[in-house]
Amino acid sequence: MLSRPIFLPLAQLNWDYNTQVVFLGTTLLGIAAGVVGAFMVFRKRALVGDVIGHSALPGLGLAFLFGEWMSPGAGRSTTSLMGGALLAGLVGAGLVLLMERTRRIKSDAALALVLSLFYGGGTVLFSIIQRLPGGGQAGLGSFLSGKTASLLAADVSMLAVAAVVLLGITLFFFKELILIGFDAEYAAAGGWPVRTLDTLLIFLVAAITVLGMQCVGLVLVVALLLTPASAARFWSQDARKVVALSGVLGGLSAGLGTLISATWPRLPAGAIIVLTGLGVFVISLTLGRQGGLWERWRGSRSLQQRILRDDVLRGIYEILEASTPTPDRTGTFSPSELRSRHSWPTRQQDRLMMELIDEGSVISQGDRFRLTEHGLSLARQTVRLHRLWELYLMEYANAAQGHVDLHADVSEHFLDPRLLAELEERYGSRIPMGSVPQSPHALPSAVSPVESH
Amino acid sequence: MFAEIWQRLTDWHPWDTWIVITAALTAMACSLPGLWLVLRKQSMMGDALSHTALPGVVVSFLAVTAARSLGWITEDQLDMGTQIALMLGAVLMGIVTTLLTEWLQKLAGIDGGASLGVVFTGLFAIGLVLIRTMADDLDLDPDCVLFGQLESIVWRTWSIAGWEVPQATVLTAVMLGLNGLLTVLFFKELRLASFDAELATTQGINARTVHYLHMALTAATVTAAFQSVGSILVIALLVVPAVTALQLSWRLRHVVVLTLLIAAISAGMGHVLAKVAPPLICGPLGWPAVQDASTSGMVCVAAGLGFVAALLLGPRGVVWNAWSRTVLAMRIADEDLLGQLYRVEESTATGDATAGVSWLVLLRLRWLELVQRDTAGRIVLTESGQTRARDIVRRHRLWEAYMQKHFALPDDHLHDTAHRVEHYIDPALLEALDAELETPATDPHGKRIPG
Repeated sequence: MLSRPIFLPLAQLNWDYNTQVVFLGTTLLGIAAGVVGAFMVFRKRALVGDVIGHSALPGLGLAFLFGEWMSPGAGRSTTSLMGGALLAGLVGAGLVLLMERTRRIKSDAALALVLSLFYGGGTVLFSIIQRLPGGGQAGLGSFLSGKTASLLAADVSMLAVAAVVLLGITLFFFKELILIGFDAEYAAAGGWPVRTLDTLLIFLVAAITVLGMQCVGLVLVVALLLTPASAARFWSQDARKVVALSGVLGGLSAGLGTLISATWPRLPAGAIIVLTGLGVFVISLTLGRQGGLWERWRGSRSLQQRILRDDVLRGIYEILEASTPTPDRTGTFSPSELRSRHSWPTRQQDRLMMELIDEGSVISQGDRFRLTEHGLSLARQTVRLHRLWELYLMEYANAAQGHVDLHADVSEHFLDPRLLAELEERYGSRIPMGSVPQSPHALPSAVSPVESH
Repeated sequence: MFAEIWQRLTDWHPWDTWIVITAALTAMACSLPGLWLVLRKQSMMGDALSHTALPGVVVSFLAVTAARSLGWITEDQLDMGTQIALMLGAVLMGIVTTLLTEWLQKLAGIDGGASLGVVFTGLFAIGLVLIRTMADDLDLDPDCVLFGQLESIVWRTWSIAGWEVPQATVLTAVMLGLNGLLTVLFFKELRLASFDAELATTQGINARTVHYLHMALTAATVTAAFQSVGSILVIALLVVPAVTALQLSWRLRHVVVLTLLIAAISAGMGHVLAKVAPPLICGPLGWPAVQDASTSGMVCVAAGLGFVAALLLGPRGVVWNAWSRTVLAMRIADEDLLGQLYRVEESTATGDATAGVSWLVLLRLRWLELVQRDTAGRIVLTESGQTRARDIVRRHRLWEAYMQKHFALPDDHLHDTAHRVEHYIDPALLEALDAELETPATDPHGKRIPG
């Protein structure tokens, strides 16, 4: 694998101390963001992270200007910039929650309003910073578009410690956060301090956002929170597993993204990390075992196969029923007779016939076919079920004789074993086991009836 | 200070006029589709579309560059070709964003916000990577796309009827015309589909088609606007004027007009602020070099100030609510005291009705000449005060009598309710009560009902 050109740069990656530290730091941050983000998605506040990210801009500007005003050159301190960003982000989120409580501004409008106004204000501050004598916005760029690869070990160790602390707090309140995520009203009725927990969650998101900003920039930071959680949904329905997986996928995307962006330093680091996360999401979407695309496609295909198989077996049996009155049904049939009964595609019927021959249910006799002992018992079973169900529908659902075939045809493939057992119990005494009851209605002749599958 | 402001304002160049015109046209063009976004509770879709416009813009630029190098378009057609490609790319991205978001939401069973977040961050990241990798082939400045440079629009002009008109001005004017025309033509459909999609469907309006057309139009507007105000600031122009207008009126037609007005005023105010405010603030802070600030950012600030003003001063705004609550509280306090004084004087007892009453209430009632001090220094009703007080006590006692007649309540439960209701009984209701009870002489406690 490594000899292929595309993997060459990764293999040649300069795996020095700084890269290792940055890798560790971003991975930890990715895990924390994934875990916290999962709770935000549960709480249906997914985009609050986006608002916090954008609202941080004026905080950065003000912190920078304040620092410069105190003493020129002091504005670039990472700590005070992060403090300003965190504060502004929290103010933004607080305003959103406040506006949501008044009835006159809908929550989506509150989000968009705070996000855009804070961002606009930040733009003004940045244009002022650019006009300052000496330096302009140097040092602020990393917050806008991220600078993962060029992060220094000193910055990262703070990042890593903060990520671990945030992760610890989140896991400590795991049960409470799950509770407000799924049913805040129930939690409130149960005496949980929902408002305090909401505030805690917002604070966690704000902290993650401000930390993540240095890696991916403030516009994209919400992706660290949302993408892993959305991807995890395709692997499990269990909330605890989704949170854990979201952390794993978040760490994986951030770590891998860091390595890729360290390998191609010309590409924007933040965008690369986000795209790595998107890649993980697309893989989950495709292969995930809970409603992933592949699983859905296979599920619907196997259902179609089963329906076709039932219909073909019943079709064969009904042809033989007409041609051979004896119960051993030793008569023969041709594919064209079969085709004339139903409207299934020729290619599918041919493939199914091959399958039936392979498993020994059907054997050829000259240019015609007949059922083997095994095939006959399968067909009997299918037709018996169909007719028992028809009897039931006629008796209890008031289905008309002429319509019952259609009704049964639509629903018989979805009957579960318990229902079958009940049908057997109800009508089995009238009809001996293993034999096929008479059809309660006239069977179609060789002319194809109007039915669709 | 005013002299300085005046001097800055008189230092007005022709390009200042173009900037204000363009900003106003942009803001108005954005605010129309934005209003429908707000009404449909999809404001954050504006945020998403303004981000996903980026890859559309980059791909369009690449397509035009390729077309030029292949000789399909000449140098003269480049500007027009670029604009057409941008619009096509924008409409495509708008529909792709909408479809992807809805599809993911359905597939993953997640909140709409989460799927929106995944889609727009992903597409935006793709746009950023494309810009960086193709930067050499592109005449495109990422900072300009993100933050906008209203000040630089005067550099790209078209010559129209002898006037050098900035391209961005023409473009946003066309966009505003289109949006205005579509809003007028499809007003009924948009209104119905926004407020009740199911009803719209039963009326034969395809709400989904309206939805997708709206999204495509929003994306096209965002792309037309990004060249002047920047792709991220567009969201403020989409949402803020509409939300502000909705604080001022509930009538949709009025809201449409107000939205356009607010957008235009915010744009004008924004440029004035950008010219005037920074030196006034930064000068005293020791940064004389700062002579102006970003106009597109200031347009947002102006729009934000307008929103806060509407929130505070609007017809049902914070100030109005506080004022009407205060007036009501004052009236109730006045009436309670007047009623109390009446009861004291009626019983000839020597109780002090003013115990525990705020001096403010006393002061106000004396000022209104409803009460006065008698020779013994006690607070008593004046003649006009007695008329008011009689009316209040009449309302109280009639209500008690009414409740006793119609509700199975013990007599000692009547007073508290009547004490609350007395302030809300208007003359018509009072008449009706009197007629219903056939002008009773006394209330259930045997007190006389003043006539």
